[in-house]
Amino acid sequence: MNDSALMRKSIACRRRVLEIIHHAGAGHTGGSLSCVDILTVLYNAVLRISPDNPGDPARDRYIQSKGHSVEALYAVLADRGFLPDEELQTLCGYRTRLIGHPTRKVPGIEQNTGALGHGLSFGVGAALGLRRKRCDARVYVLLGDGELAEGSNWEAAMSASHHRLDNITAVIDHNGLQITGAVRDVLGVDPLVERWAAFGWSVCECDGHDIPRLRAALRREPIEPAKPTLVVAHTVKGKGVSFMENEKGWHHRVPKEDELERALAELDRAAAELGEVERT
Amino acid sequence: MTTDPATTPATANQEVFAETITELARENSDMLVVTSDSRGSGKLVPFGEAFPDQIIEVGIAEQNLVGIAAGLASTGAHVFAVSPAPFLTARSLEQIKNDVCYSDHPVTLVGISAGVSYGALGTTHHSIHDIAALRAINNIRIVVPADAAETRMVVRAAAAAGEPVYLRLGKRPVPALPGTVTEASVFHRARRLCNGSDAALLACGEAVAPALAAAERLAAENIKASVHSVPCIRPIDTNSILDAARNASAVVTVEEHSVHGGLGEACAALLLHHGIHKPFRIIGFPDEVMVNGSQQEIFEHYGLTKDGIVAVTRQLLADS
Ligand SMILES: [Mg+2]
Repeated sequence: MNDSALMRKSIACRRRVLEIIHHAGAGHTGGSLSCVDILTVLYNAVLRISPDNPGDPARDRYIQSKGHSVEALYAVLADRGFLPDEELQTLCGYRTRLIGHPTRKVPGIEQNTGALGHGLSFGVGAALGLRRKRCDARVYVLLGDGELAEGSNWEAAMSASHHRLDNITAVIDHNGLQITGAVRDVLGVDPLVERWAAFGWSVCECDGHDIPRLRAALRREPIEPAKPTLVVAHTVKGKGVSFMENEKGWHHRVPKEDELERALAELDRAAAELGEVERT
Repeated sequence: MTTDPATTPATANQEVFAETITELARENSDMLVVTSDSRGSGKLVPFGEAFPDQIIEVGIAEQNLVGIAAGLASTGAHVFAVSPAPFLTARSLEQIKNDVCYSDHPVTLVGISAGVSYGALGTTHHSIHDIAALRAINNIRIVVPADAAETRMVVRAAAAAGEPVYLRLGKRPVPALPGTVTEASVFHRARRLCNGSDAALLACGEAVAPALAAAERLAAENIKASVHSVPCIRPIDTNSILDAARNASAVVTVEEHSVHGGLGEACAALLLHHGIHKPFRIIGFPDEVMVNGSQQEIFEHYGLTKDGIVAVTRQLLADS
């Protein structure tokens, strides 16, 4: 899939994220908008997965440790054919499969997450298991930046490099915000790159909204052999909707009717601009 | 299998675990052990030497141990995550709840040196909360075998079960109990070790042997007590517990655990829900700062001994 097609998908998924959160009256708006480009690239240009065989033992694994941004995952999974688009309207409803955090009830979801600091250990276990089976599947784990305060992440980081796992890529959705405010004010994560490097990871950084750069950073090969790969994706919380960008209040605020209209209008303009760029 | 207590030497349940898991690993290369610097305590050093590709060391990091075990299980392995029970079931409780139970991966969590096995080391090293904590979590079988035969069976059953299991094991040598052990009898059912209609003694793990000794002693006083090993505490064997209570004048439970939330309270709730109102006592550790001493001294202090169980049972029958 070419880059402009991925960009169009990202815009469409942003629309769905806002629509379903508005419809459900619940959800994590800012973080879903900050990671949706990462997910679009992973699910459409990187992961070896198939909605026809979601349990294929040889599939790549994606684990969303920052489980609260589940609306982005549901939107991308629906777009990719893992679940019907109309089911998205059941988000957070009574007895829905689409709970407010990921669960394995949903085809394509590998692990139940939501409590922070769990995904990377699970990913390390999956990577160890796949390597034992000589399966060349790759494991991707998405972490939040505020989430890094959970000490279990660092246990997992130590174990991945100790076991020389080069079939795992962790991605940090580095939007600089968490529920209380700036990550640097709550519990700073810097120097982020140096810390992970010191834990034995090969690290690269990229603009987490730049589709071609994400595609390159998320490739299915390790940066260095025998070392786990970390991608620090520099992102903007609330990306794509001007009045949500970098606003901590949109962590889990639900857009009202008029806010939804304004947000969708902005996304429509972005889509139209993309179309003009493509035509020229 | 049938064991003859007279000719079978006492063995620690966690040693039997190590032997059995070694047999399983030989039969199936997808049988994995994950340890948190715990292979020595778990008697798994020979296992690690024999099957270096089937043991994964994560260092002193119990949260990571459980998360990794779940991830390994997701690739089709059956994983035994082995760590001292006090750390495994307290520090990694959230990983047990979410990564294993809620996510439904077939991991067997093996809590070694459980209860007050590490008696003298103090409360940090005691797990007298683990049954209570895990009973309130959906989707985990809790199994506390009493002797070598039970342990062997439950390890094999857990490996085949394809579900989350907590196996609670002690490290002191325990005598072989009488009777026949089949997989069902320990993985699902309580088993009756002797008959008696005055009192029913329900016990698990290392408390079963003193309960059996108590029954023998009570018999000398013409008090007839049945003794039941209840290895599977969750889901509990409702029919056997109700039958045992119906056929006795009084019920005494014995466990190496807090009196809150363990075998005793599970049985008490069951009897009340079924309208069975019998004189009832729970022998376990009370809600107080734990006395310090060896496991045996702690057992004696709180009456988890032949004499303690005899005294409680005699008094309960006398009062009723
Ligand atoms: Mg953040």
